[in-house]
Amino acid sequence: MSIDSQQNSNHSPILEFKSSTFSVPILVLASNDIITIEQQLQDKVNLAPEFFKNSPLVFDLQELNKHDLDIDITALTKIIRKLGLLPIGIRGGSTQQNKQALELGIPVHSGHTVTASSETQKQQVPEPLEPELESEADAITTTMITHPVRSGQCIYAAGDLVILAQVSAGAEIMAEGNIHVYGSLRGRALAGVQGNTEARIFCSDLQAELISIAGNYKISEDLHGAISNQPVQIYLQNHTLVIKDI
Amino acid sequence: MARIIVVTSGKGGVGKTTTSAAIAMGLAKKGHKTAVIDFDVGLRNLDLIMGCERRVVYDFVNVINGEATLNQALIRDKNCNLLYILPASQTRDKDALSQEGVGKILDELKKDFKYIVCDSPAGIEKGAHLAMYFADDAFIVTNPEVSSVRDSDRMLGILSSKSRRAEQNEDPIKEYLLLSRYSPDRVKLGEMLSVEDVQEILSLHLLGVIPESKSVLNASNSGTPVILDEKSDAGQAYADIVARYLGEDKPHRFIDDKKGLFGKLFGRK
Ligand SMILES: Nc1ncnc2c1ncn2[C@@H]1O[C@H](COP(=O)(O)OP(=O)(O)O)[C@@H](O)[C@H]1O
Ligand SMILES: [Mg+2]
Repeated sequence: MSIDSQQNSNHSPILEFKSSTFSVPILVLASNDIITIEQQLQDKVNLAPEFFKNSPLVFDLQELNKHDLDIDITALTKIIRKLGLLPIGIRGGSTQQNKQALELGIPVHSGHTVTASSETQKQQVPEPLEPELESEADAITTTMITHPVRSGQCIYAAGDLVILAQVSAGAEIMAEGNIHVYGSLRGRALAGVQGNTEARIFCSDLQAELISIAGNYKISEDLHGAISNQPVQIYLQNHTLVIKDI
Repeated sequence: MARIIVVTSGKGGVGKTTTSAAIAMGLAKKGHKTAVIDFDVGLRNLDLIMGCERRVVYDFVNVINGEATLNQALIRDKNCNLLYILPASQTRDKDALSQEGVGKILDELKKDFKYIVCDSPAGIEKGAHLAMYFADDAFIVTNPEVSSVRDSDRMLGILSSKSRRAEQNEDPIKEYLLLSRYSPDRVKLGEMLSVEDVQEILSLHLLGVIPESKSVLNASNSGTPVILDEKSDAGQAYADIVARYLGEDKPHRFIDDKKGLFGKLFGRK
């Protein structure tokens, strides 16, 4: 465009590649029945709507292909999008499925790719299972954070999350398992974000902007009565968050 | 070993430039060769506070672009010959600075200087990012009000995740809190957060409290860093801050109202 911007581009690169790893929910399918998948996925999303909203998602077809069950990639992609999730990859697809995915702009993830020969090997038809969500990080681990989580920062743990410092207002911490905060909790804390209703939040000083377990949340306005200046635990009972002194 | 200090805050108008000028002068006065760099490209006011605006020939961007050498661009302070100023450009746009260019200049300065003070622009965009990226120490300048404290908290998050030290897994940047424009009267009236409030929200080591003071305006009008006004409260506050940073043990001042005679006699708080 202008001479100015051309000159600029000579001096400073306008892009760079960085590599990083991050955790993305994987949708493992065990049935090729689109209607059932939609229903059960909807149920999952309802459990943690906050978390799933615009969440990236990789779908895994390895189980289906093991059992020679083909699935309509276009239809699958459509329902995933309809439920507010963003499909960003296919895993364990057949050559044909991968090609179809690519045409829809969905990248193919390596590993677990079923080869043409194994596609026809197994004949046994499995009983349809419910779709299972698992995280990229397989082992249930505890993530330990020793420094303050500041405004604008976001922490996601695939297992439990232990924070030995404060969580500032404007910060967000999420865990698939339990959350422990030993400093002041002033930001947002979401436990059981994959739908684990057994997850709990423990904190020594509750001043949170929002707390949530498996999608059931309370905002700070609802918390006023619960602030007791002493350690509390938060858990789900009949879909309601209970805040109790420890 | 040279140390790079960034003076930053997130929010504008909290006293970063005032602080940069004061502590750079303070460090130099204590016998350490110090350079202070204005990262606020496009605005350029460190040179006004330092009173060297009429001696600016080349600037930071000229050096990055290879149009001038560092020695040509550095301005020796008129009050202290161990202090040098690298002014910002008034005419360039903010994108004129590059990480590589800044890194090179800082490396060169580190060979010759003990302390390099980087006066950050406001915001969390590129300029502020470059000012803090190479830092060893961060002086977080905060005013006792909620929005300033929140912005500082955000800046602390960026320091701990986006700095060179963070990216290379080195020891983190050392963070210090400087609570500026503090007015005990207004804290009492509930119009401002107290020192304790701010410390509790940020959980940060307090390096010092700088009172709201007319002497700051007088100093900037006369183009001499306020720390040279040894009689002023703000000047003394900055002198304490420099001393504490260098490891001296100085009790905090300017937090309470001036103690009356009664209070002094009986040592009451
Ligand atoms: N301790 C203080 N007391 C009174 N005024 C101050 C104090 N510190 C800064 N100021 C004034 O506040 C304004 C902004 O200060 P400045 O150092 O330029 O902030 P920043 O660099 O963060 O934008 C200036 O007008 C300055 O004189
Ligand atoms: Mg400034």
